[in-house]
Amino acid sequence: MSGRSDKIVPLAVKIVVSGGLGVGKTTFIGAISEIEPLDTEAAITQVSVGVDSLVGVEAKTTTTVALDFGRITLDPTMTLYLFGTPGQDRFSFLWDDLVEGALGTVVLVDTRRIEDCFPAVDYFESQGAPFVLAVNRFDGADRFDVEEVREALGLSADVPVLECDARSRDSVRDVLGALMDRVIGVRATPRRRTAALTR
Amino acid sequence: MNGEQSRDVEPDEDATFVRPFIITGGRSEPLQADLRLETLVVAVGVPDPSLAFERRHIVAVCERPTTVAEVAHRVGVPLGVAKVLISDLVVAGQLACRQPAELPLPMLERIRDHVRAL
Repeated sequence: MSGRSDKIVPLAVKIVVSGGLGVGKTTFIGAISEIEPLDTEAAITQVSVGVDSLVGVEAKTTTTVALDFGRITLDPTMTLYLFGTPGQDRFSFLWDDLVEGALGTVVLVDTRRIEDCFPAVDYFESQGAPFVLAVNRFDGADRFDVEEVREALGLSADVPVLECDARSRDSVRDVLGALMDRVIGVRATPRRRTAALTR
Repeated sequence: MNGEQSRDVEPDEDATFVRPFIITGGRSEPLQADLRLETLVVAVGVPDPSLAFERRHIVAVCERPTTVAEVAHRVGVPLGVAKVLISDLVVAGQLACRQPAELPLPMLERIRDHVRAL
């Protein structure tokens, strides 16, 4: 079969979407993805629906983990993938795999449970990986000034913090745009990132 | 082999459930360590007719360039299993993958412009 090896392999890049359980990662990805957010282990996830964050999860030690992802065709040669980190702490060992080679990360925050994003913020800060913080507006949640959120999290002044509505395509697009600005800003500064991402 | 044997599974578990790494012969480490979730994999050369089950399925899925994560989803195996199988197939010359190095700044700007225009 001639010609099979001549196929042009397009460029695939990825952005990671992180944050606590139930913060809206899947919604965020679904708002802009051209495919329904896929998850790689749906069958096994269904077992854990309604179980997570409750006691008794330990019984299911062989459980693997769902991984949300969405896809956006940027142009015929370039596709952007969005990957959601598993929200549960016990799967944080998977983050290295997710983050390796990522352009950057969106950390989603729910102001009602702001502490849920601490592990994600700590992780990406320690990796020296570019990220933005997106405060997801939930109905009924108190509105906070983004600077208050920055202060509460002890974020340095150069990390962008912005509000978003994870259900809105435009809002998600703006967050991704802000992240790309941040990625470019980090890259363009002479201070080189450490090789923290290479293993 | 049939389903009558007593198995160390919960009674209400799906009878078709196969421990994931049975498919890889128990191996959990891919031959290639550099496969990422978004690495695009594509079938190359003539498909080996002796490939069976998941391996054959993977090669068929990769007729068009497909990410490792999508392969796992479409073939219905956990990611760790997909990585082992894909790297076996790359070594066997059935699949090729391309891993971009760090993207140059102009490329990042192009991505940003595309994203802004979504």
